[in-house]
Amino acid sequence: MNAAPIERREGRPVVFRNARVIDPSRRLDAKGSVIVADRRIVAAGPEADRTAQPAGAEIVDCKGAVVAPGLVDMRVFVGEPGAEHRETFASAGQAAAAGGVTSIVTMPDTDPVIDDAALVDFMTRRARDTSEVRVWPMAALTKGLEGHEMTEFGLLREAGAVGVTDGRRSVADTAVMRRALTYARDFGLPIMHNPADPYLAGTGVMNEGETASRLGLPGIPKEAEIITLERDIRLARLTGGRYHAAQISCAESLEIVRAAKADGADVTCGVSINHLTLNENDIGPYRTFFKLAPPLRSERDREAMVAGVADGTIDVIVSSHDPQNVDTKRHPFAEAADGAVGLETMLVAALRLVHAGALDLLALFRALSTRPAEILGLEVGRLAPGAPADLIVVDTETPWVLDADTLRSRSKNSPFDGARFQGRVTRTLVAGRTVYEYFSAA
Amino acid sequence: MNASSTLPAIGFSHRHLLGIEGLTAAEVLGLIDAAEAEIAVSRQVEKKKSVLRGRTQINLFFEASTRTQSSFEIAGKRLGADVMNMAVGNSSTKKGETLIDMAMTLNAMRPDILVVRHHSAGAVELLAQKVGCSVINAGDGAHEHPTQALLDALTIRREKGRIEGLTVAICGDILHSRVARSNIILLNLLGARVRVIAPSTLLPAGIERMGVEAFTDMRKGLAGADIVMMLRLQRERMDGSFVPSVREYFRYFGLDEEKLSWAKPDALVMHPGPMNRGVEIASEVADGSRSLIRDQVEMGVAVRMAVLEALAAHLPNA
Repeated sequence: MNAAPIERREGRPVVFRNARVIDPSRRLDAKGSVIVADRRIVAAGPEADRTAQPAGAEIVDCKGAVVAPGLVDMRVFVGEPGAEHRETFASAGQAAAAGGVTSIVTMPDTDPVIDDAALVDFMTRRARDTSEVRVWPMAALTKGLEGHEMTEFGLLREAGAVGVTDGRRSVADTAVMRRALTYARDFGLPIMHNPADPYLAGTGVMNEGETASRLGLPGIPKEAEIITLERDIRLARLTGGRYHAAQISCAESLEIVRAAKADGADVTCGVSINHLTLNENDIGPYRTFFKLAPPLRSERDREAMVAGVADGTIDVIVSSHDPQNVDTKRHPFAEAADGAVGLETMLVAALRLVHAGALDLLALFRALSTRPAEILGLEVGRLAPGAPADLIVVDTETPWVLDADTLRSRSKNSPFDGARFQGRVTRTLVAGRTVYEYFSAA
Repeated sequence: MNASSTLPAIGFSHRHLLGIEGLTAAEVLGLIDAAEAEIAVSRQVEKKKSVLRGRTQINLFFEASTRTQSSFEIAGKRLGADVMNMAVGNSSTKKGETLIDMAMTLNAMRPDILVVRHHSAGAVELLAQKVGCSVINAGDGAHEHPTQALLDALTIRREKGRIEGLTVAICGDILHSRVARSNIILLNLLGARVRVIAPSTLLPAGIERMGVEAFTDMRKGLAGADIVMMLRLQRERMDGSFVPSVREYFRYFGLDEEKLSWAKPDALVMHPGPMNRGVEIASEVADGSRSLIRDQVEMGVAVRMAVLEALAAHLPNA
């Protein structure tokens, strides 16, 4: 199976007492304890209060704080290799740890493109040596992300790729997509695809509609996503391939996925934290940190996305962490790069939805931790006994204000600069080892 | 003799002129009134005022323009400013220098007023955030071209005596047009009824919500119009084929005598220039007695003088 890079590290046993334990894999939301020893969960939940504590364990009184499985972020652009000035595995790992993300799934849109088994191997080793959190590479679906020739799915999987994707790109050629889904099925390899018809999206830079027209910016119609998603789902059903839509952004896409699932199709989908918490009006006077792909949509679409996560139609929430610097963002809107950093703020931004009463913690961590691990066949993402001890302690109450300059990512392109949050990660463990701890100034 | 002493007090308190959006009706009328007074300056032998004496005005054009740039140049010179023109092709930013870098460089030369045209919507606003001087938007992408809308309003008011209650039909490539956007906002602000007429491929999504009635048929759209404002068919900006051919476009949307007869008998014709004769407008109309196209050019200088003067009143050390 894949290299689980952190396993080499030792950690002292820890007992988290007086916690609110969340484990979506067992539909558990209860007061109790979590016991960690030998890099794994010994017990978690009410029963752990009655379980013997390991010798020499550190005892932590959580004072009612949440203990939940660490986040598994299925869509992270790192920048290594090729754009280390924007992000490295080391800086991404620190940002992830501080944000409660214990596994990051990296996109192949690097320089060079990760479309060869040797490059997957390089990524895995490099990440193991420098990152605080687990790194699971996804490899390119087509060579050079060109959308024409399939990559070597079997060899890539053996080298450690957890899936194949063309990252930011979308495969326009329907026949290529069909064959890729067919061939990937033989290796049980999930295909993660960005559904966005490049021809229909054209030169668009934001959601098509009144706001774009007022700003004089070319729009991207929702149909660019809807049509490709419909196509992909039909191909997935035709081929039996494992299909995951990387990100959906509009209400119509949600209905398509809902109908396909109701009809028994084996398809899953994700949404970015940005599309759950922001809308196109946040762009305001051409703010490029809100220029994303897919573009931020209307408030109606945002509300639909939240409802989709709540009822499980949307399987996973991703940060779509995409570090961009002054050199790519400080341009006129249409010329600026897409993308926002999000590893460090995904969980706290998502807590807004919990505080607003739109989501409960079980639904939230199902989408942030448990489902992505299930989709990728990883044993993390849960607090079941025997599972790897990737977990976080979350204070869900304390208010604070984000200063983007303090982000650990090398790039500061956060749409949440100056935002008020309620709650934060206070401790992050990967394989039983503490990789982040928040010490309040008070 | 000094025309500046006759200028009405206009109460314009902005540091930049980035768009019509955000201005009040009183501010717009104040600028138009002030421009009215500037017309005389250009018509007399001594065309020079001194309100901008000692000031440096840089015309920074990232997109080629003959008439707007020369209009701003003449306006600045008639007010006494030292005017420098900088034509920056798209190539310079491709050399690695960003718009911001260029803005900072120019800012360090301490100009008082920057007049900027850029091919990307929002670019002028971005630049204005980074410099210490006043910035005038001379056109940013498909967003705004405020001095064009002001000069159009001045031209209309001089001919029709009012703007409120008039029906103005804007025809042509609305989708890519900053002139259309600025005019829609301004004419609505002053109480005109605004229509847009174009093939559906050249109408932006949600345009009705900007306060216009949209038509795809010239006969219907021109019925009852007091003003027919034609737009250039900006073929060079089109990525794909929005209309199949020039001849088909002219057949349905080119303004000739016949189509003009569908508007009010006293309807007047405008065009921001440069014109494509035989594409969006027939020569017989462009050069006819109902054409205001040359008046627009003259009003352009007056409006730009008024804008420069209004901004200069708030420059540091003024």
